[in-house]
Amino acid sequence: MMYSKAVMDHFRNPRNVGVIEDPDGVGEVGNPICGDMMTIYLKIEDDRVKDIKFQTFGCGSAIAVSSMLTEMAQGKSLEEAKKITNKDVAKALEGLPKNKMHCSNLGADALHLAIKDYEDKKAGIKRPEPDPQDEEFEQKHCENLLCPYCDAQISEDVNFCKACQSELEESH
Amino acid sequence: MTAVNLDHISANPLLLEVQEAMIGAIRKNYGNPSSQNAAGEEALEALDAARQSVSQLIHCKNEKEIVFTSGGTESVNHAIKGVAFANADKGKHIVTTNVEHGSVTKSIKRLSQLGYSVTSLSVDAKGRVDPAEVEKAITDETILVSVMHSNNEIGTIQPIEEISKITKARKIILHSDAVDSVGVVPIDVQKLGVDVMSFASNPYYGPTGAGGLYIRRGVGIWPILDGGVQERNKRAGSENLIGIIGMGVAADLAATHMDQRVAHVKQLTDLFLKELPNYIDDYYINGDPENGLPNLVSVAIKYIEGESIVLMLDDDGYIVSTRSACATGSLRASHVLMSIGLDHADAQGTIVVTPGIENSPEDIMGFLKALKNIVKSLRDISPLCRIG
Repeated sequence: MMYSKAVMDHFRNPRNVGVIEDPDGVGEVGNPICGDMMTIYLKIEDDRVKDIKFQTFGCGSAIAVSSMLTEMAQGKSLEEAKKITNKDVAKALEGLPKNKMHCSNLGADALHLAIKDYEDKKAGIKRPEPDPQDEEFEQKHCENLLCPYCDAQISEDVNFCKACQSELEESH
Repeated sequence: MTAVNLDHISANPLLLEVQEAMIGAIRKNYGNPSSQNAAGEEALEALDAARQSVSQLIHCKNEKEIVFTSGGTESVNHAIKGVAFANADKGKHIVTTNVEHGSVTKSIKRLSQLGYSVTSLSVDAKGRVDPAEVEKAITDETILVSVMHSNNEIGTIQPIEEISKITKARKIILHSDAVDSVGVVPIDVQKLGVDVMSFASNPYYGPTGAGGLYIRRGVGIWPILDGGVQERNKRAGSENLIGIIGMGVAADLAATHMDQRVAHVKQLTDLFLKELPNYIDDYYINGDPENGLPNLVSVAIKYIEGESIVLMLDDDGYIVSTRSACATGSLRASHVLMSIGLDHADAQGTIVVTPGIENSPEDIMGFLKALKNIVKSLRDISPLCRIG
């Protein structure tokens, strides 16, 4: 599998890595079960992204996606930031391998969650936070197994995705 | 910069002597070993010489117990399906373990679609199956026990000799997938007591596309490929003579240099294990390094993911492999690592380091330095460091 130059650049020199102390919004997606997990931290001023940082556990494309997303969102108004899609991020990275489109291309989802977190906090809505170490959460996550190529829901014991006709390898 | 290959479990370079033998075989334009003419005779002699070499490497009683195949995967498919088909009248139950290679698990899965039943045994934290559990799993219907010799992900060597005593007493056929052991560590089929054993040539620096199956005389097994009378009616199709000649030369070299090679790679893996705590923390070693393959170390590095480690190492000129879901294109972390009790995150952060005979202690020290920097930069990014 080959990554584009842009992916390798953002992977080896990721921008905006870290945590924002006392953030205005936090968004977390993914889970180590799938191999990718991202957290986005936001500082908002006058309804604009004043500062954005990320932390990611994951493969090369997951790290590159997070880094690229933070560059795209930096300085944007919240309305503009909400319009950034996972596809936009993949495009800015000169494309991602087909099997990486679902599992590691979650940056925009994390950003949208972080914005929602900010807006909810502003409106006084409290959100229960899922504990990633919680067994029930892990089990629930396991039930929603998605094909890495096309996002179709599949069951654990299949090695072929009927939706996109892809082989799902168990091991080499 | 030439990359340092510490991923011999994935691919081995062809030794110069092997390359030359194969180039010589290409130029010679051999005939078909099955032909009744002078060109065929000459080809048959070359084929039999290779068979003799391979037979000596694994200590067969008779070289006729070797059947040449296209590699490990075909050998395993032939062994499992061939034994199951030939013995279906005696029973349809197979015993195996949870940590086998995909060629074994998928062959057995296929048989289960044809009405065979399977008992797959769990392993301990080191990846070892308990022979007593094998004995317990055997029923009157059992026709085959298939247990790998060494594990391709964690290097654990299974107690085949003890298991063979049980299968012999119960008159059940024992197959062992020894693809990552033959030519790498000393193997004696008579001492091991296996009835059928799969192996390939690349793990001992021979070509891919050439492998073999040891079938002890008298074992009931059907061919999987039907057609001509090659390989004493056990495997139809003209032999891959060029590959087999390379495999024979590689087998001779492996047999001659076995002790030196084991000592060399063991020195490198020992050095890696000894120095690793001076370079990174929060890791653990999978498998059973004391009693496992001498050329393999599996390390679970906490809080970071395997594919990103491997990619960064590759960028720095060091080749290793990982079993993370991302890297293998599968949905889950390796079944082997989950079977020995790793949690998902640690399984995703596992890398496999397999030095070979051309590596030096300097390669290991350079690798450790690169690994230290990479682990630090990936942990700086990781949200799991914060949680952990």
